[in-house]
Amino acid sequence: MSGSAVLLQFLNGLASASSLFLVAAGLSLIFGVTRIVNFAHGSLYMLGMYVAVWCAPILGFWVAVPVAMLAVAGLGLLVEVLLLRRIYRAPELLQLLATFALVLVIRDLALWAWGPEDILGPRAPGLGGAVEIAGRAFPQYDLFLIVLGPVVFVSLHLLLKKTRWGILVRAATEDREMAGALGVNQRWLFTGVFVLGAALAGVGGALAVPREPANLEVDLSVISDAFVVVVVGGLGSIPGAFLAALLIGEVKAFCIALGYSKITLAVEFIVMAVVLVLRPSGLLGRPQAPARVPVGMQSTAGRIPRTGVVALVLLIGFLAALPAFAAGYTLILMTDILVFALFAVSLHFIMGPGGMLSFGHAAYFGLGAYGAGLALLRLELPMELALALGPLLAGAGAVAFGWFCVRLSGVYLAMLTLAFAQITWSVAFQWDALTGGSNGLIGVWPADWLASKPAYYFLTLFFSLTGIVFLWKAVYSPFGYALRAGRDSPLRADAIGIDVRTVQWAAFAIAGTAAGVAGALYAFSKGSISPETLSVPRSVDGLVMVLLGGVQTLTGPAWGAALFTWLEDSASRSIDYWRAALGAVILLLVLAFPQGIAGAAKRWPFSR
Amino acid sequence: MKLIHAALVAGLLTSPAALSQSIKIGELNSYKVFPAFLEPYRKGMELALEEINASGGVLGRKLELVIRDDGGTPGDAVRAAEELISRERVNVLMGTFASHVGLAVANLANQRRILFLASEPLTDKIVWENGNRYTFRLRPSTYMQVAMLIPEAAKLSRKRWAIVYPNYEYGQSATASFKQLLSAAQPGVEFVAEQAPALGKIDAGAVVQALADAKPDAIFSSLFAADLQKFVREGNTRGLFRGRTVFNLLAGEPEYLDPLKDETPEGWWVTGYPWSEIATPEHRKFLDAYRKRWKDYPRQGSVVGYSAVYAVAEALRKARTTETEKLVEALKGLQMSSPFGPIAWRALDHQSTMGAYVGQLAKKDGKGTMVNWRYADGARFQPPDEEIRRLRKD
Repeated sequence: MSGSAVLLQFLNGLASASSLFLVAAGLSLIFGVTRIVNFAHGSLYMLGMYVAVWCAPILGFWVAVPVAMLAVAGLGLLVEVLLLRRIYRAPELLQLLATFALVLVIRDLALWAWGPEDILGPRAPGLGGAVEIAGRAFPQYDLFLIVLGPVVFVSLHLLLKKTRWGILVRAATEDREMAGALGVNQRWLFTGVFVLGAALAGVGGALAVPREPANLEVDLSVISDAFVVVVVGGLGSIPGAFLAALLIGEVKAFCIALGYSKITLAVEFIVMAVVLVLRPSGLLGRPQAPARVPVGMQSTAGRIPRTGVVALVLLIGFLAALPAFAAGYTLILMTDILVFALFAVSLHFIMGPGGMLSFGHAAYFGLGAYGAGLALLRLELPMELALALGPLLAGAGAVAFGWFCVRLSGVYLAMLTLAFAQITWSVAFQWDALTGGSNGLIGVWPADWLASKPAYYFLTLFFSLTGIVFLWKAVYSPFGYALRAGRDSPLRADAIGIDVRTVQWAAFAIAGTAAGVAGALYAFSKGSISPETLSVPRSVDGLVMVLLGGVQTLTGPAWGAALFTWLEDSASRSIDYWRAALGAVILLLVLAFPQGIAGAAKRWPFSR
Repeated sequence: MKLIHAALVAGLLTSPAALSQSIKIGELNSYKVFPAFLEPYRKGMELALEEINASGGVLGRKLELVIRDDGGTPGDAVRAAEELISRERVNVLMGTFASHVGLAVANLANQRRILFLASEPLTDKIVWENGNRYTFRLRPSTYMQVAMLIPEAAKLSRKRWAIVYPNYEYGQSATASFKQLLSAAQPGVEFVAEQAPALGKIDAGAVVQALADAKPDAIFSSLFAADLQKFVREGNTRGLFRGRTVFNLLAGEPEYLDPLKDETPEGWWVTGYPWSEIATPEHRKFLDAYRKRWKDYPRQGSVVGYSAVYAVAEALRKARTTETEKLVEALKGLQMSSPFGPIAWRALDHQSTMGAYVGQLAKKDGKGTMVNWRYADGARFQPPDEEIRRLRKD
């Protein structure tokens, strides 16, 4: 590369970094104060884009930008007051579920309002051309962004350091309960921060208009980028977000410049994994002050009472008898439900008793599926053996990734699981010769004697139930008690001789293997596997299932999986805007039952 | 006589007995993931369905579409297909958009022995490496569309080519075919740079810069949708296209061309669908009917959806039954008409000979359009038969 090429790519990296910083700053600010991981931040960004694109022909681009910012800030106000304010005391995970439901609703709302086609906005008037730098044309607008990033950074910095409001925000970021105890009106502080964050997302989206068309996929791609920046920088740290945005913007630009464009699929996640392994709290983050009420997961799911056991045995009998009176599609759907029940229960095993939030559990589901598929197609092993070997690959993955993950906690841990899942995904996606690349593995069918629907249903029933019962039993084994001790009080657990990390690591391996069993069963029920089986949406589905069912309960995740799978299946057929409908249902459930379905069912008789 | 016939049919259609006997097409597609293409596609299908049923249906029975969203993932698509097969008891499966979804459903169709008419997926594999007895594909494949551009590309005799493509099956195989075919047509050609951004996530500034730094004489791109729009705008601003000829698959399709508006880069060679300029009687008839029905102009997707439904109807007519094995035999070698003119279904690899329009982009009244276009008949852009037989392993 010539010197001028390096300079130009450096400037490209700076321009991307500025736009990354705008979204990430808002997300970091919101997290720092409210402790809410706002999944809908990308959706706010998307709305900013659409509003700007929509207003620009009438008002002109430069007026449309502040209009979009105000509109999105207004929506942020509504969201905070009507939704988030009611669930600050709910378990952290449920808040996640609520913001995720918002993603679904907002995406369909945009589809309804602006239609399906991508809308390319105008160039920015006055900055539409290019300037010559080192003999090459460079867009004026990119120069504007390069300047804007630091300007916003400095303004935020001054706001936080020099104003009373900023001091209160910092106090709340530092120690929320203490700030509250000292008489700070948290309500309006939270509202203010959320509105400011939303405004930053909105303006970020509006300013992206001259560089990219408004489209419906932007919400999730922006949120994943923003998450990475925030976590690499250190949660709640604005300078950290700025530094991380620079780092990631430049790394990406130079990957492309040096001809490694394919690696851009995963490069930000590789950066994140490296940073988190070396600096567990991000570049400039400080270790999170231990929340005084640790994430609301410490309730001990009681043993299932005798009547419950009887009911479960009856249910199993019913499931075993199902093929006698149901055929065809019911069995197919039930097979899916059983697979996802095991997947959800395995995720719950590390989230509930283990207290480790995972955003990347699909990695193990997918590794199990790929393991089985590769054993069948590449090693040409018999199907029965492939089914047995698949989960081992998942277990091996969980052992490898788990070793790093258990060294972190909270959202950092969750993000590291996400990073590993994304890296696994991109390997499956790129390694054409082995994994079939984006097409995946095709022709993964069960052996003849298992090929009929009832036969495969029985197989799935057997392995899913075995897996689920094993995991449930494990919760009440000495191992399970040790795991919960490590979750509830690492210090005390350590003091009585429990090696917390090793216990957590083992839990990771067990949960990963169980997810792998689910994945292998899934692969043979569909006949093909593609990288989607280990992608982020699959992980998110798992989270939604667990949270829908209730993370504090033992059986809840299985119910959540059943309800989610059934809802997704039936709603997608009969309702046009089924994602929005699903999102709305989740929002209602969250507002009505902050403990999840099974949790609410459990409490109901006593609450009268 | 005709009136009586129509009345009879109308009577039949409304009686519940006849309704239960309708022939069901199970259509599954990623309506929510690729709405820009699939909304017009759905309208095209519905138009064809209404026309066919208004003229008496097929085999004396009404044709019915049972539409499902496949969620854009193979797993959900297979479940939706299973539901269509076992609960709705459809006679034929149709649809899918992305390559991997199409391949998964084709594989299922082979396992369940049901006819699958893959309307849209472009992957070569669905009719070659992974081709099977029950799967047929309507649209010209990636290979065919690349081959349609090769004559013009070779004519330029530019030596240094840069390539940019979305990093998944479609972009990868387009690039591989392009390199192979151009090297054969123009020995000594050099490929000096290759950029493979993730689908929907192109970092256009850096990609354009990197391509310019390689100093190519010409560029081959298979970008589409949002990636294409970003690439075009950055390329225009940074002068990447000045003095360079660009070839871009699919960029002439209204779905991807219309959003470019006044950014439309002039002189690019593309495959596409210049709907407003095609004056053949078949197309005129389709265009008028479509505009009358939907008060909108057709996109490429409209033609695909429309022709797919007609293909099923023609296959049923030829087979005189809904039995799968007979339908498969009927589709092999079936000749039918389409808005693009007559097409045939190749018995060799189950690919239809539907072609595409090859031409150059131009700007007219601030909108993109195609000029110097011609229809490239899909039958003429195929590899030798032996090669296909070797790939199909059947």
